[in-house]
Amino acid sequence: MHRIAIVGGGTGGTVLANRLASELQTEIADGNVEVRLITADPNHVYKPTFLYVPFGKKTVDDAKRPIEELVDRRVTLTIDEVTDVDTDQNRLSLADRTTSLRYDQLVLATGANLEPEAVPGLAEGAHHFYGPDGAERLRDELADFTEGHLVLSVVGVPHMCPAAPVEFPLMVDDWLRERGRREDVEISYTYPINRAHGLESVADWATDLFEERDITLETFFNVDEVDPDAEVVETVEGTELEYDLLVAIPPHRGSDLVIDAGLGEDGWVDVDRHTLEATAAEDVYAIGDVADVPTSKAGSVAHYEAGVVADRIASRARGQTPTAIYDGKTVCFLEAGMDEATFIEFTYGEEPYVREPSKPLHWTKLGYNESYWLTARGLL
Amino acid sequence: MTDTDDPDVTIDSKDASCPGPLMDLIGKVKTLDAGTVVELQTTERNSTTDVPEWLEEAGHDLVEIEERDDYWSIYLEVN
Ligand SMILES: Cc1cc2nc3c(=O)[nH]c(=O)nc-3n(C[C@H](O)[C@H](O)[C@H](O)COP(=O)(O)OP(=O)(O)OC[C@H]3O[C@@H](n4cnc5c(N)ncnc54)[C@H](O)[C@@H]3O)c2cc1C
Repeated sequence: MHRIAIVGGGTGGTVLANRLASELQTEIADGNVEVRLITADPNHVYKPTFLYVPFGKKTVDDAKRPIEELVDRRVTLTIDEVTDVDTDQNRLSLADRTTSLRYDQLVLATGANLEPEAVPGLAEGAHHFYGPDGAERLRDELADFTEGHLVLSVVGVPHMCPAAPVEFPLMVDDWLRERGRREDVEISYTYPINRAHGLESVADWATDLFEERDITLETFFNVDEVDPDAEVVETVEGTELEYDLLVAIPPHRGSDLVIDAGLGEDGWVDVDRHTLEATAAEDVYAIGDVADVPTSKAGSVAHYEAGVVADRIASRARGQTPTAIYDGKTVCFLEAGMDEATFIEFTYGEEPYVREPSKPLHWTKLGYNESYWLTARGLL
Repeated sequence: MTDTDDPDVTIDSKDASCPGPLMDLIGKVKTLDAGTVVELQTTERNSTTDVPEWLEEAGHDLVEIEERDDYWSIYLEVN
């Protein structure tokens, strides 16, 4: 029996498990292959939904579905937390089990974790929309926010979703205008490097739009500390910025599981950027946010990587040499307000082209979000 | 005189795409004492302009940029 273990039932892990179930259906039916998905949360969470929660357009319940409903019945599903990866013995330890699980091929798809505590005062002083609780709290705060200085600060790089930090100020601008409150609210956006975004074309696009919409741009802005009582952000560069409502993209980290397994010093798995194989161990792959590849931490990346790794793993399970490779393909919609959006697409080393925002692209983004559940099931 | 042959700290950011090397540097510099000499290794050409600009902004000293066979070494001193 050839055992394939996938850890993490988010976008990457779920798409991968379903792809493998279909690619290897004969081998699974014959009892020669097992595809096991081990995930800590009984719910699958679609995080892009959280962007719409602060504006009252979606609820956090809209973001989740039982993982059981999404995975192919040929996948062996285990709801448990993996606590240890032993790459010498090819074994996994689980929180609720006394015995460990053996694997022939392993894929880590454990995603990224938020770490607001990494910056003093940030957890107390700032809001975020990167998780369910944060998004709900921000919704309540925003509903009562009628005047003052709203600051969107990108504190952590890398972070999930290349678009969300730029989308939020553009959406909030529009949302406040619709409510006749924009004149009483000053909006600032801060970014750690010398432009508005890591991708140059997105930075240029956002800079022009920010100017048009009267959103102040602060660059080379690396948050050192937040003083929640004085409502001031202090930076490594020595700047101080006063706020009334601070929305931060918090620092992200990979996982201790990865560090403890010796697969990546900082919690992201070191992988070959094309094969997605771990550089420090045999028979181990990483996909999605936990994989350290030079592109954005985006659901589309997890999705494309899952396709590549499914092909590679299926080839190996059949005793063939794997040939599928990942070229860095990343696709991303960007909301430019409450009812228009644009779209970018790029591969490794390629600079995306930013199209003129339009209403149809906004509806396409919302449509994609709805059809996501089919994507996760492997149907799209 | 600063000795670039023997930096106190070396940050290997080779193969990281922009703004990775600069972010690696900023993250590290926060934890270092004044006077520390750092070598940032990068394969990203943009770093050779972005990093000096940030050093100026944050008040640290650029010592030297050296072009190697397949990467750049950017030396700086923390203030
Ligand atoms: C607000 C927001 C908006 C976004 N918008 C977009 C967008 O528009 N487009 C886009 O492409 N991307 C977007 N993203 C990013 C996207 O959500 C992530 O890149 C994507 O979810 C990554 O998938 P993943 O499979 O790597 O990880 P995740 O989907 O985060 O899943 C990780 C899974 O691993 C499980 N897990 C973790 N550790 C363990 C363990 N030790 N044992 C067992 N299970 C474990 C978790 O419970 C979870 O189920 C957005 C993200 C946010 C926060």
